[in-house]
Amino acid sequence: MRLEYFQLIDRIVDLDISARSVRAEAVVPDTSPVFEGHFPGYPLMPGVLLIESMAQTAGWLVIALMRFERMPFLAAVKDAKLRTFVLPGSRLTLSARLLHDGSGYAVAKAAAEIEGKAICDAELTFRVMPFPQSDLRTALVARAAQIGLPTRAPTHG
Amino acid sequence: MSSTFDMVASIIAETCDIPRDTIRPECHAIEDLGIDSLDFLDIAFAIDKAFGIKLPLEQWTQEVNDGKATTEQYFVLQNLCTRIDGLVAAKGA
Repeated sequence: MRLEYFQLIDRIVDLDISARSVRAEAVVPDTSPVFEGHFPGYPLMPGVLLIESMAQTAGWLVIALMRFERMPFLAAVKDAKLRTFVLPGSRLTLSARLLHDGSGYAVAKAAAEIEGKAICDAELTFRVMPFPQSDLRTALVARAAQIGLPTRAPTHG
Repeated sequence: MSSTFDMVASIIAETCDIPRDTIRPECHAIEDLGIDSLDFLDIAFAIDKAFGIKLPLEQWTQEVNDGKATTEQYFVLQNLCTRIDGLVAAKGA
């Protein structure tokens, strides 16, 4: 994870196109400027970044399902639960499953755990639209390769 | 049609916290009920699930933007319900 760059997923562990699900790993850094403010003398992974981590996990799933032809933008977060503090150095296992592939939107359920213990979960809604700029798509294809997301995954059913 | 409307009206009432008795077939979802695009995604999700269909929101939006259709054709509830019935019938065909 590089919190200040919003690079919150380190590695895609498993992408199951037919099950429309994904698992990813991410290690919270030991140090980050974010921890200078959150909180002074008591560094904690911010809850909003945990939600963002789940959104990125689900977002990569949607991008893969859309074969990098469309981009998901987070639009709604429902029933978000932040169940425990997450400390620097923690290794997160994130997962997401697509609940619905709508017309111009997608809904996913996402969660994170540490060594099998539930950390957070939420239902996430994305607007799904063509990439607004080709540079964005290029950057995401490059980032996908870095984290091990197949960039030529077949689409589902 | 009436049962479709009842289901859609219930979905709108629950999703957007709008009193059920103010939701009538002639209401325009956007102009009369004040439903914005994000809330309409929630409604679309609930309708898609309830009827087992996929409302073609992108196609409708494109047609409105291109001037080929009016929002009334899609977002006046009785028209929306007619389109839902059509999608359900097409699914079963």
